Amino acid sequence: MHIAEGYLPPLHALAWTAVAAPFVVHGARAVVRQVREEPETRLLLGAAGAFTFVLSALKLPSVTGSSSHPTGTGLGAILFRPPVMALLGTIVLTFQALLLAHGGITTLGANAFSMAVVGPWVAYAVYALVRRIGGGLSVAVFLAAALADLATYCTTAVQLALAHSDAASGVAGALAEFLAIFAVTQIPLAVSEGLLTVLVVRLLTRVSPAELARLGVRPARQEV
Amino acid sequence: MSRFSLVNWLLVLGVVLLAAVPIVIGSDTEFAGADGVAVERIDETDYRPWFAPLFEPSAETASGLFALQAAIGGGVLGYVFGVARTRRRNARRPADPPA
Repeated sequence: MHIAEGYLPPLHALAWTAVAAPFVVHGARAVVRQVREEPETRLLLGAAGAFTFVLSALKLPSVTGSSSHPTGTGLGAILFRPPVMALLGTIVLTFQALLLAHGGITTLGANAFSMAVVGPWVAYAVYALVRRIGGGLSVAVFLAAALADLATYCTTAVQLALAHSDAASGVAGALAEFLAIFAVTQIPLAVSEGLLTVLVVRLLTRVSPAELARLGVRPARQEV
Repeated sequence: MSRFSLVNWLLVLGVVLLAAVPIVIGSDTEFAGADGVAVERIDETDYRPWFAPLFEPSAETASGLFALQAAIGGGVLGYVFGVARTRRRNARRPADPPA
Protein backbone atom coordinates (compact mmCIF):
# COMPACT_ATOMS: atom_id res chain seq x y z
CA MET A 1 0.00 0.00 0.00
CA HIS A 2 3.00 2.30 -0.14
CA ILE A 3 2.40 4.85 -2.88
CA ALA A 4 5.87 5.46 -4.30
CA GLU A 5 7.64 8.80 -3.96
CA GLY A 6 6.39 11.36 -6.49
CA TYR A 7 3.56 9.17 -7.78
CA LEU A 8 0.79 11.43 -6.50
CA PRO A 9 0.40 14.80 -8.26
CA PRO A 10 1.38 17.71 -5.96
CA LEU A 11 -2.22 18.76 -5.33
CA HIS A 12 -3.24 15.24 -4.29
CA ALA A 13 -0.12 14.83 -2.15
CA LEU A 14 -0.88 18.11 -0.39
CA ALA A 15 -4.56 17.28 0.09
CA TRP A 16 -3.87 13.86 1.65
CA THR A 17 -1.23 15.38 3.91
CA ALA A 18 -3.77 17.95 5.07
CA VAL A 19 -6.32 15.20 5.71
CA ALA A 20 -3.91 12.96 7.63
CA ALA A 21 -2.09 15.62 9.66
CA PRO A 22 -4.82 16.34 12.24
CA PHE A 23 -5.17 12.61 12.96
CA VAL A 24 -1.42 12.26 13.50
CA VAL A 25 -1.21 15.34 15.75
CA HIS A 26 -4.19 14.10 17.74
CA GLY A 27 -2.51 10.68 17.87
CA ALA A 28 0.70 12.15 19.25
CA ARG A 29 -1.28 13.79 22.04
CA ALA A 30 -3.10 10.51 22.69
CA VAL A 31 0.23 8.67 23.06
CA VAL A 32 1.57 11.29 25.48
CA ARG A 33 -1.64 11.14 27.52
CA GLN A 34 -1.59 7.34 27.54
CA VAL A 35 1.99 7.21 28.83
CA ARG A 36 1.34 9.88 31.46
CA GLU A 37 -1.97 8.56 32.78
CA GLU A 38 -1.31 4.84 32.61
CA PRO A 39 2.48 4.40 32.67
CA GLU A 40 2.03 0.70 33.45
CA THR A 41 0.70 0.19 29.90
CA ARG A 42 3.94 1.46 28.32
CA LEU A 43 5.12 -2.09 27.68
CA LEU A 44 1.97 -2.94 25.75
CA LEU A 45 2.26 0.33 23.85
CA GLY A 46 5.73 -0.75 22.82
CA ALA A 47 4.35 -4.12 21.78
CA ALA A 48 1.70 -2.46 19.60
CA GLY A 49 4.30 -0.29 17.86
CA ALA A 50 6.72 -3.20 17.47
CA PHE A 51 3.98 -5.39 15.97
CA THR A 52 3.36 -2.83 13.22
CA PHE A 53 7.11 -2.52 12.71
CA VAL A 54 7.56 -6.27 12.15
CA LEU A 55 4.47 -6.90 10.07
CA SER A 56 4.97 -4.00 7.67
CA ALA A 57 8.53 -5.25 7.01
CA LEU A 58 7.31 -8.71 5.98
CA LYS A 59 6.72 -9.11 2.28
CA LEU A 60 4.60 -12.19 1.86
CA PRO A 61 3.76 -13.93 -1.42
CA SER A 62 0.09 -14.04 -2.36
CA VAL A 63 -1.91 -16.44 -4.53
CA THR A 64 -2.17 -13.74 -7.21
CA GLY A 65 1.54 -14.18 -7.98
CA SER A 66 2.58 -10.85 -6.51
CA SER A 67 3.57 -10.11 -2.95
CA SER A 68 2.67 -7.54 -0.36
CA HIS A 69 2.86 -6.92 3.35
CA PRO A 70 0.48 -6.87 6.33
CA THR A 71 0.05 -3.61 8.26
CA GLY A 72 -0.10 -4.69 11.90
CA THR A 73 -2.24 -1.72 12.94
CA GLY A 74 -5.24 -3.71 14.20
CA LEU A 75 -3.60 -4.82 17.47
CA GLY A 76 -2.79 -1.31 18.70
CA ALA A 77 -6.17 0.04 17.60
CA ILE A 78 -7.93 -2.64 19.67
CA LEU A 79 -5.71 -2.17 22.74
CA PHE A 80 -5.25 1.61 22.74
CA ARG A 81 -7.93 2.97 20.37
CA PRO A 82 -7.16 4.27 16.88
CA PRO A 83 -5.53 7.69 17.58
CA VAL A 84 -2.49 6.01 19.11
CA MET A 85 -1.95 4.05 15.91
CA ALA A 86 -2.18 7.22 13.81
CA LEU A 87 1.15 8.23 15.35
CA LEU A 88 2.78 4.77 15.57
CA GLY A 89 1.81 3.86 11.99
CA THR A 90 3.14 7.16 10.68
CA ILE A 91 6.46 6.62 12.47
CA VAL A 92 6.81 3.25 10.71
CA LEU A 93 5.95 4.81 7.34
CA THR A 94 8.46 7.63 7.88
CA PHE A 95 11.19 5.10 8.67
CA GLN A 96 10.41 3.24 5.45
CA ALA A 97 10.19 6.43 3.37
CA LEU A 98 13.50 7.85 4.58
CA LEU A 99 15.67 4.73 4.87
CA LEU A 100 14.14 2.28 2.40
CA ALA A 101 12.81 4.53 -0.38
CA HIS A 102 9.59 2.60 0.28
CA GLY A 103 6.69 5.02 0.07
CA GLY A 104 7.84 8.62 0.16
CA ILE A 105 7.81 12.01 1.80
CA THR A 106 5.44 13.50 -0.77
CA THR A 107 3.13 10.49 -0.43
CA LEU A 108 3.49 10.14 3.35
CA GLY A 109 0.16 11.86 3.98
CA ALA A 110 -1.74 9.51 1.67
CA ASN A 111 0.05 6.43 3.02
CA ALA A 112 -0.47 7.53 6.63
CA PHE A 113 -4.16 8.09 5.91
CA SER A 114 -4.67 4.57 4.54
CA MET A 115 -2.48 2.63 6.99
CA ALA A 116 -2.45 4.73 10.17
CA VAL A 117 -5.95 6.25 10.07
CA VAL A 118 -8.41 4.18 8.00
CA GLY A 119 -7.02 0.77 9.03
CA PRO A 120 -7.06 1.43 12.79
CA TRP A 121 -10.54 2.97 12.74
CA VAL A 122 -11.93 0.03 10.75
CA ALA A 123 -10.25 -2.34 13.21
CA TYR A 124 -11.76 -0.54 16.18
CA ALA A 125 -15.24 -0.34 14.65
CA VAL A 126 -15.27 -4.02 13.67
CA TYR A 127 -13.92 -5.09 17.07
CA ALA A 128 -16.49 -3.02 18.97
CA LEU A 129 -19.32 -4.26 16.76
CA VAL A 130 -18.43 -7.96 17.02
CA ARG A 131 -18.02 -7.68 20.81
CA ARG A 132 -21.34 -5.85 21.15
CA ILE A 133 -23.25 -8.54 19.28
CA GLY A 134 -21.69 -11.13 21.56
CA GLY A 135 -18.74 -12.42 19.50
CA GLY A 136 -15.78 -13.93 21.33
CA LEU A 137 -12.48 -12.12 21.74
CA SER A 138 -10.64 -14.19 19.12
CA VAL A 139 -13.35 -13.78 16.50
CA ALA A 140 -13.50 -10.03 17.11
CA VAL A 141 -9.72 -9.64 16.95
CA PHE A 142 -9.44 -11.75 13.81
CA LEU A 143 -12.12 -9.86 11.89
CA ALA A 144 -10.87 -6.48 13.12
CA ALA A 145 -7.24 -7.07 12.07
CA ALA A 146 -8.09 -8.72 8.74
CA LEU A 147 -10.63 -6.11 7.67
CA ALA A 148 -8.36 -3.24 8.79
CA ASP A 149 -5.61 -4.67 6.58
CA LEU A 150 -7.98 -4.98 3.62
CA ALA A 151 -9.46 -1.51 4.18
CA THR A 152 -5.97 0.00 4.10
CA TYR A 153 -5.28 -1.50 0.69
CA CYS A 154 -8.70 -0.51 -0.69
CA THR A 155 -7.99 3.06 0.45
CA THR A 156 -4.68 3.02 -1.44
CA ALA A 157 -6.52 1.83 -4.57
CA VAL A 158 -9.01 4.70 -4.22
CA GLN A 159 -6.20 7.24 -3.73
CA LEU A 160 -4.39 6.05 -6.85
CA ALA A 161 -7.58 5.87 -8.90
CA LEU A 162 -8.42 9.48 -8.03
CA ALA A 163 -4.94 10.60 -9.07
CA HIS A 164 -4.54 8.40 -12.15
CA SER A 165 -7.99 8.00 -13.68
CA ASP A 166 -8.07 5.86 -16.79
CA ALA A 167 -8.19 7.73 -20.12
CA ALA A 168 -11.01 5.54 -21.42
CA SER A 169 -12.91 4.33 -18.36
CA GLY A 170 -12.31 7.20 -15.91
CA VAL A 171 -11.88 6.91 -12.15
CA ALA A 172 -14.11 3.84 -11.91
CA GLY A 173 -12.03 1.95 -14.47
CA ALA A 174 -8.79 2.91 -12.73
CA LEU A 175 -10.28 1.90 -9.38
CA ALA A 176 -11.10 -1.56 -10.72
CA GLU A 177 -7.51 -1.92 -11.94
CA PHE A 178 -5.92 -0.74 -8.69
CA LEU A 179 -8.28 -2.88 -6.61
CA ALA A 180 -7.21 -5.87 -8.71
CA ILE A 181 -3.57 -5.03 -7.93
CA PHE A 182 -3.97 -4.27 -4.22
CA ALA A 183 -7.15 -5.70 -2.75
CA VAL A 184 -7.18 -9.12 -4.43
CA THR A 185 -3.52 -9.75 -3.58
CA GLN A 186 -4.25 -8.70 -0.04
CA ILE A 187 -7.06 -11.12 0.80
CA PRO A 188 -4.86 -14.05 1.92
CA LEU A 189 -2.46 -11.62 3.61
CA ALA A 190 -5.37 -10.09 5.52
CA VAL A 191 -6.23 -13.59 6.77
CA SER A 192 -2.57 -14.05 7.81
CA GLU A 193 -2.61 -10.75 9.65
CA GLY A 194 -5.85 -11.72 11.40
CA LEU A 195 -4.35 -15.04 12.55
CA LEU A 196 -1.11 -13.40 13.76
CA THR A 197 -3.01 -10.73 15.67
CA VAL A 198 -5.17 -13.38 17.36
CA LEU A 199 -1.97 -15.23 18.32
CA VAL A 200 -0.42 -12.14 19.92
CA VAL A 201 -3.63 -11.26 21.79
CA ARG A 202 -3.88 -14.86 23.09
CA LEU A 203 -0.29 -14.71 24.33
CA LEU A 204 -0.90 -11.30 25.92
CA THR A 205 -4.02 -12.51 27.74
CA ARG A 206 -1.83 -15.26 29.17
CA VAL A 207 1.19 -13.21 30.30
CA SER A 208 -0.38 -9.81 30.90
CA PRO A 209 -4.07 -10.28 31.79
CA ALA A 210 -4.23 -7.39 34.29
CA GLU A 211 -2.96 -4.80 31.81
CA LEU A 212 -5.29 -6.07 29.09
CA ALA A 213 -8.25 -5.91 31.45
CA ARG A 214 -7.29 -2.35 32.38
CA LEU A 215 -7.35 -1.48 28.67
CA GLY A 216 -10.83 -2.97 28.44
CA VAL A 217 -9.84 -6.14 26.57
CA ARG A 218 -11.38 -9.07 28.39
CA PRO A 219 -11.66 -12.60 27.10
CA ALA A 220 -14.90 -14.47 27.77
CA ARG A 221 -14.53 -16.77 30.76
CA GLN A 222 -14.12 -19.99 28.77
CA GLU A 223 -11.35 -18.45 26.66
CA VAL A 224 -8.92 -17.89 29.54
CA MET B 1 0.19 -30.21 24.84
CA SER B 2 -2.39 -27.93 26.38
CA ARG B 3 -5.30 -26.71 24.30
CA PHE B 4 -3.85 -23.19 24.59
CA SER B 5 -0.54 -24.16 22.95
CA LEU B 6 -2.24 -26.36 20.38
CA VAL B 7 -4.39 -23.48 19.13
CA ASN B 8 -1.35 -21.19 19.07
CA TRP B 9 0.63 -23.64 16.94
CA LEU B 10 -2.34 -24.07 14.61
CA LEU B 11 -2.44 -20.28 14.14
CA VAL B 12 1.28 -20.30 13.27
CA LEU B 13 0.73 -23.21 10.89
CA GLY B 14 -2.09 -21.30 9.18
CA VAL B 15 0.16 -18.30 8.55
CA VAL B 16 3.00 -20.46 7.25
CA LEU B 17 0.64 -22.33 4.90
CA LEU B 18 -0.85 -19.08 3.57
CA ALA B 19 2.67 -17.95 2.64
CA ALA B 20 3.93 -21.32 1.41
CA VAL B 21 1.02 -22.41 -0.80
CA PRO B 22 1.43 -19.52 -3.30
CA ILE B 23 5.16 -20.26 -3.62
CA VAL B 24 4.51 -23.93 -4.31
CA ILE B 25 1.63 -23.55 -6.77
CA GLY B 26 2.75 -20.31 -8.41
CA SER B 27 6.46 -20.96 -8.72
CA ASP B 28 6.65 -19.56 -12.28
CA THR B 29 5.92 -15.99 -11.13
CA GLU B 30 8.36 -13.49 -9.66
CA PHE B 31 6.09 -12.41 -6.79
CA ALA B 32 6.69 -8.79 -7.66
CA GLY B 33 5.59 -6.41 -4.94
CA ALA B 34 2.06 -5.03 -5.38
CA ASP B 35 3.44 -1.52 -4.79
CA GLY B 36 5.80 -2.02 -7.75
CA VAL B 37 3.01 -3.41 -9.94
CA ALA B 38 1.01 -0.24 -9.28
CA VAL B 39 4.02 1.87 -10.24
CA GLU B 40 4.36 -0.05 -13.52
CA ARG B 41 0.68 0.48 -14.26
CA ILE B 42 1.08 4.26 -13.72
CA ASP B 43 4.28 4.35 -15.79
CA GLU B 44 2.25 3.08 -18.77
CA THR B 45 0.36 6.39 -18.75
CA ASP B 46 2.05 9.69 -19.54
CA TYR B 47 2.44 10.46 -15.83
CA ARG B 48 6.00 11.15 -14.69
CA PRO B 49 6.88 11.22 -10.98
CA TRP B 50 7.79 14.76 -9.92
CA PHE B 51 9.85 13.90 -6.85
CA ALA B 52 12.54 11.26 -6.29
CA PRO B 53 13.51 9.62 -2.98
CA LEU B 54 16.21 11.58 -1.15
CA PHE B 55 18.03 8.36 -0.35
CA GLU B 56 17.63 5.11 -2.21
CA PRO B 57 19.49 2.05 -0.94
CA SER B 58 20.64 -0.61 -3.40
CA ALA B 59 18.54 -3.78 -3.50
CA GLU B 60 21.00 -5.62 -1.25
CA THR B 61 21.12 -2.82 1.31
CA ALA B 62 17.35 -2.47 1.17
CA SER B 63 16.78 -6.13 2.03
CA GLY B 64 19.17 -5.71 4.95
CA LEU B 65 17.29 -2.64 6.15
CA PHE B 66 13.99 -4.52 5.88
CA ALA B 67 15.53 -7.28 7.95
CA LEU B 68 16.69 -4.67 10.44
CA GLN B 69 13.16 -3.26 10.65
CA ALA B 70 11.76 -6.72 11.34
CA ALA B 71 14.54 -7.43 13.85
CA ILE B 72 13.91 -4.22 15.81
CA GLY B 73 10.19 -4.97 15.94
CA GLY B 74 10.73 -8.61 16.83
CA GLY B 75 13.28 -7.68 19.49
CA VAL B 76 10.93 -5.23 21.18
CA LEU B 77 8.04 -7.74 21.04
CA GLY B 78 10.25 -10.44 22.55
CA TYR B 79 11.40 -8.06 25.27
CA VAL B 80 7.81 -7.17 26.17
CA PHE B 81 6.78 -10.82 26.38
CA GLY B 82 9.88 -11.64 28.41
CA VAL B 83 9.23 -8.86 30.93
CA ALA B 84 5.52 -9.65 31.19
CA ARG B 85 6.16 -13.37 31.66
CA THR B 86 8.83 -12.87 34.31
CA ARG B 87 6.66 -10.37 36.15
CA ARG B 88 3.74 -12.78 36.20
CA ARG B 89 5.92 -15.67 37.31
CA ASN B 90 7.38 -13.62 40.17
CA ALA B 91 3.93 -12.47 41.23
CA ARG B 92 2.74 -16.08 41.44
CA ARG B 93 5.67 -17.31 43.51
CA PRO B 94 4.94 -16.94 47.27
CA ALA B 95 7.29 -14.60 49.13
CA ASP B 96 10.32 -16.26 50.70
CA PRO B 97 9.73 -16.96 54.38
CA PRO B 98 11.80 -14.68 56.63
CA ALA B 99 15.02 -16.31 57.78
